[in-house]
Amino acid sequence: MSEVHDGSHEIEAHTDALLPDPGLPEHTWRPTDVDPKAEKRAERQVATLFGLSALCTVLFVVSYVTIRTGVNGPTILGWGASNVTLGLTLGGALLFIGIGVIQWARKLMADVEMVELRHPASSSEEDRSMTVAALQAGLEESGIGRRPLIRNTLIGSVALLGVPAVVMLKDLGPTNKDVTESAPYPGAGLEHTVWRSQMRVVRDVVGTPIRPGDLEIGDLVNAEPEIIFGKNKGVPVPEDQVLEGADLQIAKSKAATVLLRMDPDDIVNDVTRNWSVNGIVAYSKICTHVGCPISLNERTTHHLLCPCHQSTFDLADGGKVIFGPAGRHLPQLPLTVDDEGFLVAQGDYPEPVGPSYWERNTYSLEQVAKNYATKTGEETGQ
Amino acid sequence: MRLLNRSVGRLSRHRRRPLAGVVLLLVALALTGGLYAVFSPSSSAESDQTQAEKAAQGRQLFLVGCASCHGQNGEGLKAQDGKLLGPSLIGVGAAAVDFQVGTGRMPMAQPGAQVQKKRPTYDQDDIDKLAAYVASLGPGPSVPTKNQYDPSTYTDAQRKQAVTLGGQIFLTNCTACHNFTGEGGAMPRGGYAPKLLDTKPKYIYEAMLTGPQSMDTFSNGNISPQEKKAVIAYVESMKNQPGYGGFSLGGLGPVSEGLFAWVVGLGILVGFAVWIAAHTTRSSKKKKGLEA
Repeated sequence: MSEVHDGSHEIEAHTDALLPDPGLPEHTWRPTDVDPKAEKRAERQVATLFGLSALCTVLFVVSYVTIRTGVNGPTILGWGASNVTLGLTLGGALLFIGIGVIQWARKLMADVEMVELRHPASSSEEDRSMTVAALQAGLEESGIGRRPLIRNTLIGSVALLGVPAVVMLKDLGPTNKDVTESAPYPGAGLEHTVWRSQMRVVRDVVGTPIRPGDLEIGDLVNAEPEIIFGKNKGVPVPEDQVLEGADLQIAKSKAATVLLRMDPDDIVNDVTRNWSVNGIVAYSKICTHVGCPISLNERTTHHLLCPCHQSTFDLADGGKVIFGPAGRHLPQLPLTVDDEGFLVAQGDYPEPVGPSYWERNTYSLEQVAKNYATKTGEETGQ
Repeated sequence: MRLLNRSVGRLSRHRRRPLAGVVLLLVALALTGGLYAVFSPSSSAESDQTQAEKAAQGRQLFLVGCASCHGQNGEGLKAQDGKLLGPSLIGVGAAAVDFQVGTGRMPMAQPGAQVQKKRPTYDQDDIDKLAAYVASLGPGPSVPTKNQYDPSTYTDAQRKQAVTLGGQIFLTNCTACHNFTGEGGAMPRGGYAPKLLDTKPKYIYEAMLTGPQSMDTFSNGNISPQEKKAVIAYVESMKNQPGYGGFSLGGLGPVSEGLFAWVVGLGILVGFAVWIAAHTTRSSKKKKGLEA
């Protein structure tokens, strides 16, 4: 490129032709190419680096065997000594091989400049026409164009191969309907939880029942049904009704509930108000998106946020989704107070908790409340 | 005995004097007053007085430092456009004042998504006065005593039990926002749940009790005082946890770890690439074989 002296950025094309091709600059050699001493030194350097790598590997094995791990093990700078030495030695072993190889290439391997011209990426015209001709000949010989019967039956048989996959996938486990009908334990199936009418709402971990007066406005309680703690109205249930093992874990995970006391005037939804006690509302703790446990609540806004994908539910408005990927509102547990003054559930959740599944219908909160009223009316009214 | 008889005799001689009744009355009054002062719960009487004095002094401080947002009587103020300047302080209790002012959150430097912790503006004496004034506005949680919040009052066996129970309560109620180890975490719209590992036990207790900013309250009816202390014991045990895994990078999970990997990890790789591609030293000598 020519130099521009007048300050303009135009390339003076005619001068390009006048300049001769400068060619490649004269090759200058590295010290290791011309000085045998330097070459020896470089060789020793590379060998030393490889040797250091070997040493690190040996130290790795030694520290793996000798240094005690776990709580109360030795520490280096407040970190577990085992972790630190294992990391440093294995890292060093890999790093020294890498540095050695690069040093080898830079100082000792062939140092010749090469020019390789770029060639087009596509095949030649000749190759392309030959390939197309071969493909045409193959199609012609198989006769797939002339014999539609064969072609169509082939397409049909391949398409049908999808059916075995569907059948086998369907039979991987009992369907939700099967589980609900056979009900091997209380609250089995996706549609139900262990919550029952008059079951006390208790604090998680300690299992104590809650009076409305215990809670102040702004209080949040992570709650569970009393049966999780093997009790009914404070009295231990018979041995055969105690949930244990996997059944207990499943029941607990589905029935997890968030209890919140807000100013009753903050509630903007009639259904929510009907199902609350003095501003105390209870919602499922399981996100309707993919089922993460939610309890990031903002006291001032009553917005419950799921930490997994930021779905946000408005607890003053029937658990309405106000942000995020969740497709359905958060199920609300209808609350009331029993004759001893403790908070109890009016019944099971009026709709399935947790994420969507195939057989599940989606209703608006008003419809859910209407269905629930009819159902409980049938159970108690007759 | 003789001495007593003599003095009684002397007294009885003065008995009929007109002033005797008045003197007797004065002696009786002084005696009653003195006895009352000795036997009555004198300390409470005294602290009642100082509590009222404190509240009065606190009101003076309040009018200077707090009333511009919270109103002259702590009733809360709204701007003309309906935005909340400062919430009502009636019924928030002394604990809320001790937390907010003691951690430097109040007086607030500027409105925003999160009220920042900073160096406290008032000393503990003034905070107590402010707390006494706000507590006098309406019933609310009082400042906890050291015995209530300080897990160092536990014996060793008690602490082990408390850490176990407190850990379960913490993981159920606090982890969602404050992280498993109490490192804190992000909240919607620019807020965050603060780190608990550098928060004093007293302030953790008060925060649970009063629910600062958008935090839920965990009143004594929700998590009992004993359970609160157990939770604090768990947080304290987290402080003493050595980082066996090496760099904890703030324990914030993928954000800080990703940042570290991208900046430090890639930075080192770029450094190596530059070193590999850098000019090697060249010699002015010719190679022997070529010269020949």
